[in-house]
Amino acid sequence: MKPTLELDNLSVGYGRRVLLKDLCASILPGQILTLIGPNGAGKSTILKTISHHLACMGGVVRIGGENIERMDSCELAKRLSVVLTERVRPELMTCYDVAASGRYPYTGRFGRLTALDRDVIAQSLALVRVKELADKPFARVSDGQRQRVMIARALCQQPRVLVLDEPTSFLDIRYKIELSAILLHLAREQGVTIVMSLHEIDLAARVSDLVMGIGTHGVEMFGAPEAVFTEENITQLYGISSGVYDALSGSMELPRAEGAPYAFVLGGMGKATTVYRRLTREGTPFATGILAENDMDIPAARHLAARILTTAPFAPPSEAVLTEARQTLLNCGALLIPDGLEAHAWDDELICFAQEHCVEVRHA
Amino acid sequence: MKKTRCALCYAVLAVCFALLLAVSVGTGSAALSPHEILRILLLREGAGTAAYNVLLKIRLPRALAAAVMGGTLSVSGFLLQTFFRNPIAGPYVLGVSSGAKLAVGAVMIFGMKLWGCVPFGAVMTAAFVGAMLCASFVMIVSRKIHSMAMLLVVGMMIGNVCSAATDFFVTFAKESDIANLTSWSMGSFSAVSWGNLRICLAVIAVCLLLCLLLAKPIGAYQFGEHYAASMGVNVRRFRAALIGLSCLLAACVTALVGPISFVGIAVPYMTKKLLGTAKPMAVLPGCFLLGGVFCMACDWIARTAFSPTELAISTVTAFFGAPVVIMMALKRGGGHR
Repeated sequence: MKPTLELDNLSVGYGRRVLLKDLCASILPGQILTLIGPNGAGKSTILKTISHHLACMGGVVRIGGENIERMDSCELAKRLSVVLTERVRPELMTCYDVAASGRYPYTGRFGRLTALDRDVIAQSLALVRVKELADKPFARVSDGQRQRVMIARALCQQPRVLVLDEPTSFLDIRYKIELSAILLHLAREQGVTIVMSLHEIDLAARVSDLVMGIGTHGVEMFGAPEAVFTEENITQLYGISSGVYDALSGSMELPRAEGAPYAFVLGGMGKATTVYRRLTREGTPFATGILAENDMDIPAARHLAARILTTAPFAPPSEAVLTEARQTLLNCGALLIPDGLEAHAWDDELICFAQEHCVEVRHA
Repeated sequence: MKKTRCALCYAVLAVCFALLLAVSVGTGSAALSPHEILRILLLREGAGTAAYNVLLKIRLPRALAAAVMGGTLSVSGFLLQTFFRNPIAGPYVLGVSSGAKLAVGAVMIFGMKLWGCVPFGAVMTAAFVGAMLCASFVMIVSRKIHSMAMLLVVGMMIGNVCSAATDFFVTFAKESDIANLTSWSMGSFSAVSWGNLRICLAVIAVCLLLCLLLAKPIGAYQFGEHYAASMGVNVRRFRAALIGLSCLLAACVTALVGPISFVGIAVPYMTKKLLGTAKPMAVLPGCFLLGGVFCMACDWIARTAFSPTELAISTVTAFFGAPVVIMMALKRGGGHR
């Protein structure tokens, strides 16, 4: 398959200042490329250059093999359309009118819509599932719906490449999920190549085929999401010095509370994770155990606990680990039992041990 | 539904337009019967009589000027609002009218001194140059500041500076040179001659046609510069056309009848509300009609309210236009983005 969009040694920037140099990428039809990275690193600049709103400072952007700088602006509009971050407030327009404006490059001098235009508009509205909003005033629909109407508008240009600059900025979690589903559908079913920037790395990790990480030193990583979204990569890209990114869950954890453990948290089956987070929030260092190495509590425990005691999966802890646990428990002020914990034999043993040695036992 | 509403509004506006034109021509200090008027207008009878002169040399050009200039100012206002993406922009508040006024004042005073008379073409050119200079200045400033309110303040200050400069010229000019200038600089539809009106009408007709050709990109530009560019609008050329046309229109009006306030802001707003749409293809003609109606009504009030004393036209337009602008500001919640 031939790539729809190619960046060939592209340099981007504002005025005379080159911000990023030598970008290379080629994206196939129906692929989603996501740009991630800290604010101000140049994600928007790249998107604006791809959509020819900023001139290339060097190199070439090609769509379907053609250099966009050589294309007539109307021709380009038929191949590439955009959804920008800026909020538009068109006066007295219905959602249909807004979507219809995307037919601009196809209509005649006075912008009259033909039957074909109307078909395309109806299809676009249906694709992003806002058909029933057609006659509603654009100013009166929710942010999520407005964003979808703007995507319908972009689709009316019948583009091969759709560029979205932070499409999720104003959306709540429900609309974020809906939007991702729509974008995936567009890419898979319609073969539209999508280039977008995202702040939500969890979302980026889930919807992208290709991810470009743009940091303060330029393009720091580029490739499949599996390769890009590692703890080291993300920590380095965003310059995270406190707290961590968890590659598996795609979410972040606060920096752990430092110091000698003050509480010992029993855990298992993911029941303790919320307790870990609460203790961290309160600034209480804690120890936890005894967790099987494949337990769901392990990722959070690794990031947050001052001390973890583990045992091999499906095996009871060795006597050495148990002794260590008892010792740690003695140094702690309290033993916490998370709600809903299914206590193992060794957990009961630790509870008894705590009671015998006057360590406070609490449910948490 | 939208189309019926538009059609209905157009019909009502057209009727009002015709009615007001008839009223403007039919009323005045000299009493003329409708019968007489029709005979003079249609059959061209009684050439040389007082009635004939009053009707054809005074009332008719005045009524036509009010109708066309009102419409023209409104269209110019609509273009400037599109350009600055600011609903309270207009040739008067942005200082465009005042710039034209200053240039016209200067040309009139110095022209009188040097040649004894000033051709209307020179006056119009001066008005256009003055308007463009002010508009360009506001344009440059608007690139630096992004607050709607501050842009208007800048425009008004430019307007004030230009007015002050005009006053300065007037103070040091000879009485005889400025006899016309004082009444003109306050804005008035009286003393419009056929010759000047004809030139203006020709220029305005061409400009309005060009505006209609711009309707499609104006519609795209309502989404902002970036979206317009992404749809295939050549933004640089479009902006130049927009500012050039709006200045030319405002300059024509200013050269002929002097600066007139509030029409350029109030009428486009009222038109959009009336038509229930902001589509340029519908708004442009609507603006022209409503602007004509508005100005003819205001001029009629200016002439007849305290007859025989005549009010300056801006007094009346401000009286009716300013409340509309205040209402607009209230509706938009202060005009922040």
